[in-house]
This record gives sequence, structure tokens and C-alpha cells, in this order.
Amino acid sequence: MHKTISQINERIRDGSARVVTAEEMPAIVSELGEQGALKEVDVVTTGTFGAMCSSGAFFNFGHAEPPIRMERIWLNNVEAYGGLAAVDTYIGATQQSDTREDEYGGAHVLEDLVAGKSVELRASSRGTDCYPRRTITTELLLENLNQAIMCNPRNAYQRYNAATNTTDRTLHTYMGTLLPGCGNVSYSGAGLLNPISNDPHLRLIGSGVPIFLCGAQGMVIGEGTQHSPAGGFGTLMVTGDLKHMSQEYMRAATMTGYGVTLYVGLGIPLPVLDIDVVRATAVRNEDISVDILDYAVPSRNRPVIRKVNYAELRSGSIELNGEEVKTSSLSSFRKARQVAEELKGWVEQGKMQLALPTRPIDAKNVSRPMHQSTQGPRVLDIMDRQVVSIHEDEEIKTAAKKLLKGETNHLPVINGTGVLVGIVTTFDISKAVANPGKAHLVKDIMKTKVITAKPEEAVDIAVQKLEQYNISALPVVDADHRVLGILTAMNLGKLFGGRWLK
Amino acid sequence: MKLLVNFSRGKGRKPIIAQVVRDTGVLINVERAVIDSSEGEALIDVPDDQCKLVSDTMISLGARVHILEHSVSLDESECVDCGACISICPREVFSFDPEWKLSLDEKRCVLCGKCVDACPSHALTTPV
Repeated sequence: MHKTISQINERIRDGSARVVTAEEMPAIVSELGEQGALKEVDVVTTGTFGAMCSSGAFFNFGHAEPPIRMERIWLNNVEAYGGLAAVDTYIGATQQSDTREDEYGGAHVLEDLVAGKSVELRASSRGTDCYPRRTITTELLLENLNQAIMCNPRNAYQRYNAATNTTDRTLHTYMGTLLPGCGNVSYSGAGLLNPISNDPHLRLIGSGVPIFLCGAQGMVIGEGTQHSPAGGFGTLMVTGDLKHMSQEYMRAATMTGYGVTLYVGLGIPLPVLDIDVVRATAVRNEDISVDILDYAVPSRNRPVIRKVNYAELRSGSIELNGEEVKTSSLSSFRKARQVAEELKGWVEQGKMQLALPTRPIDAKNVSRPMHQSTQGPRVLDIMDRQVVSIHEDEEIKTAAKKLLKGETNHLPVINGTGVLVGIVTTFDISKAVANPGKAHLVKDIMKTKVITAKPEEAVDIAVQKLEQYNISALPVVDADHRVLGILTAMNLGKLFGGRWLK
Repeated sequence: MKLLVNFSRGKGRKPIIAQVVRDTGVLINVERAVIDSSEGEALIDVPDDQCKLVSDTMISLGARVHILEHSVSLDESECVDCGACISICPREVFSFDPEWKLSLDEKRCVLCGKCVDACPSHALTTPV
């Protein structure tokens, strides 16, 4: 048995369509069987509500008198794109205010407009014969704009890897606050309610398909940026009219230490055409697995700590290395449910009919990392190779002499086999001299917890270590922990020699 | 009832909390304390009916006392029920109800403020 999209739309029009949410579907399939569910259910609605950074909107302001060709544009001091001819712009959700930093950004401008608040437009131009005006400042309401069209390049991730942190300090990431020592696990995603997880082969979701977007009727444009469905990370590019959106389903937010983002409510109604649709929409939280990644590693290849499914994540805690660790979500399951329910109401009341894609989305695409034709500077490019080190059994006086002679403030300390075991600074030695006590040897006063760098490491990573630990030098060590050099704040000056700034 | 007590340690480093316990006989629960060489701040929990006695005694010993009517509070119009606060809180103040709505057990809060920073929606505030 199968149904056609026009049969389903006919039922929607005469009010007899049976519409259920993706959360209700697994139970229906296990009760009625696949054939029974196919006969019974016409439409399955999905929903998700989470932080979707890659969001924004196009605006057209209409022409001023005299007219201006806006080149630099700000809305409530948040810069918007000025490369779209005279009075068009695109404002991105994550763009931060020039004056309020991460307290306010593009996402807040969008939410304020939707909430009916006025927003200040400020723009400048060099002035042309056809557009003589140089500057403009005006207060605008959403209704004053000719068009306000949300257009989000990357929304509705099929699922998202969870995050934890093995370091000994709190990390602030786009996955929220990650406590030290794997103190928590943060995740995102609506699991069994997620649109693409209910159509993983992208048979039903494609260009032109109607959707719920922040409370308005919108549409799928096509595949989203970074769309990578082969690995289970499909994304969608979507659009909708901001003028019909509701604050209930779009919220500006700030991830502490990371920046501004927009919470987007998005749902897609799926027509139950055949048995394959029934099987796909019967997906449960248990069936959708993600990796927990260690955000301690500042690389695009973060190590996987373990694999989990959404049922485990949603239970509130999971086991990690033999310990119970609390999990919490950044996306809202309650709101995702609300989206799916509202969408269900729309279809039941005939407010939205369904459509099949006018152009399919590739279900096998794999997103690649960036092609880098140049590498940034590495630690070995700028480190000081003439490093003076000292043996742990030397006297403090010898260390003082070495520091003076080497005109340095840091002495890596090595043991008998040449392995780095500590570090002493001029401060440590001054302290030992000012408060003479039992300490005579370097090993009595050295700091044994040494923050080090690796030669192949990017300078940016090393700089982050200097800042995080509030230190001014990093011994550079090989795999056996032998000292190859030292990187100090002074070496960073080499970066400004021009070689790396071309 | 929770009290926030601030005291300076200038004058002879009086053991204020210990003295209040001895003088009043009230068993004080110290939930959080930051004390350095010159001043200290402690969050204490005392039975409601003895709150005034403890507070007055503390004040008579030179401390400043702030009675906290509320601990952490949630602005429901801002909260989207994401639950980011749940795993951050060391005292299990936050949980989901069966409808996945965030609920608070305020009495458990020790005002550490971790959730305030972790909330993407700026929906949580503490009184101090």
C-alpha cells in the first residue's frame, strides 16, 4: 500500500487527515504494526528548538530622501552586511554589538523586531551622483521594512555530538559551560523529534517543502551549509517571513565566553506515503547515537570519549570512566514538542498543506575540512632554541647565575636523564633569597607542574595557554619530555616581523 | 532561612561564627564561605524561628547581615526550558518536571552563581 501526496492533501483540506507528532509515532507503530500505521497516519510532524548560530535575515529598508547607497550599516549598533546594493542588508545572528559585546547581537535585533520593539538603523556611504546622501539614522519597526526575510544557511542539524571536558578548568564553549574533570556532559538536539532523523534518506525533505520556522510558515531552500548526511550530520537551509514570526519560537541567547546565538524553533511535517516513511518516523531516542567529544583538545579532531544515544543523554546522567556524570541539554525538548504540536494543529486545521521536494537534497554528501594552502606559524618557527636549563640538584645560587648570564627569566629544570621536571623563575629565586630557609637546591623551589608546548603546535594554541595560565613562558618539549626550546612572550614579537602577516 | 554575613577581620580576628553558635546555642550550617586575611563572607543557613536572634547577635559582633528572602530566581518569561543549568549546579537545585519544564528547589541553593553564567537566556539571577 502507498498513498500519494495529493491524497494526503485532500484529507488535510477536508479535515480528515490523521496527524501525529514524531514522538507519538513509535508507540503507534508498535501497536498497529507498520501496515496498520501506514493506513492510520497521514502526517508526522517533527520539531526542534535549539541554538542555531548560522541564522539571520535579509532586510529592505526602502529609499530615503535624498537617497543613500548604504555601505556600512548598523542596527542597534550591531553591524550588518553592506555589500548588497543601496538599501538591502543581511544581519547575522552571531554578530556582536559594537558597544555591548556579547550582551547584545544580531539575534537580539531579530528578537526585538519580532517583539514589536523599534530598532535604530545607522548607515554611512561615500555618496554618489545617484545616491548623494552620506549618512542616515532612523528608528524602525518591523512593519516599516519592505521585506524582512529570515534566511538561515545552516539549521536543523540531524543530531549533534555531545561535549565534555577533561581539563582541570571550566571551559566556555558553544556547547555551554563544561565543568572540569568531566564534571558534566552537555548535548543538543531533539532526538526522536528531529526533522532529518525522521527522514534520514532525505526522501521527503528538500527544496520547496513547507516548514514551521519560528512560528511562521517557511520553506526549505535546500541543503544547509556543512551538510554531511553520510555521517549522520545533515543540515538544512531554510527561509521564512520574519513578519509572521513569534518570540515564543525564536530567542536570542548568549553562551558565556563564546558569544551571541539564536534559538530557532523549526518543524517539518512529513507525509506518510509508504512503509519506508513509517519505518523512518518510528525512530526512537535509543536509535540515534552521538559521540561525546572532549573539548579539552582545541582541534577540529576532538577525541571521542564514548558513544551514547539520546535516550541515555535525556535520562539526566550517564556513566563516564566508571563515574556517574550529569547530562544537560542546550536545546529545549519542551519547546521542540511545542513546535511539533503547533505544526500538528496547523495541518489538522488545513492551514498548511504538504509538498514533495521540487529538487532533492543529496543524502550522501560528506563535508570536508578547510583546504589550507598556508599553515599558520607553529611553535618551532618562533621558539628560542638557545634555551638555558638547569639540573634539579644544582644550588639555587647557580640558578641565579644562569638566569643572569642567560638574560632570561625562566629556567627549565631537568633531571639526570634530561627530562623536564620543573621550572624556576626569577621570582622563585628572589623569594628563596628574601626568605632564606631550608631550601638550597633548585628542586626545593621549582614548580613541578609545568605547562609546556609542542614544537608542531600552532602558535595560537600556545598563546592561549600563556593567557589561560597567566604565565610568560612555555618550555617546548618533544614526545619524551626533553626540552627543545622555550617560547616566551618576547618570541611572539617575531610574528610582527611581517613573515606571517602577508 | 539563609543569611549572608560579611565581616572584617581587622579587630583581633574574632571568631564571629563560633561565638554566635556559643552565645545563642543555634547550630549554624555554613554553606559557603570565602575568608581572606582582611575580610570574610559566609552564607549560613539557620532555622527560620532563630533567624532574628542569630542576625542580631552577628550584628552586635560587628558583622553585616543580609537576610536572603530568595535564593536563585528564575524569570519564566526568559527561560526556554533548555536545562543547561541542570548539570552545572553542584546542589541539584534544577530538574525537569514530567512535561520537561524546568523546576527549581530553591532551598537547596547556596548562591554559588554558576547557573547564572551558564544560562544562555539570562533567565537566572541571584540576590547578591
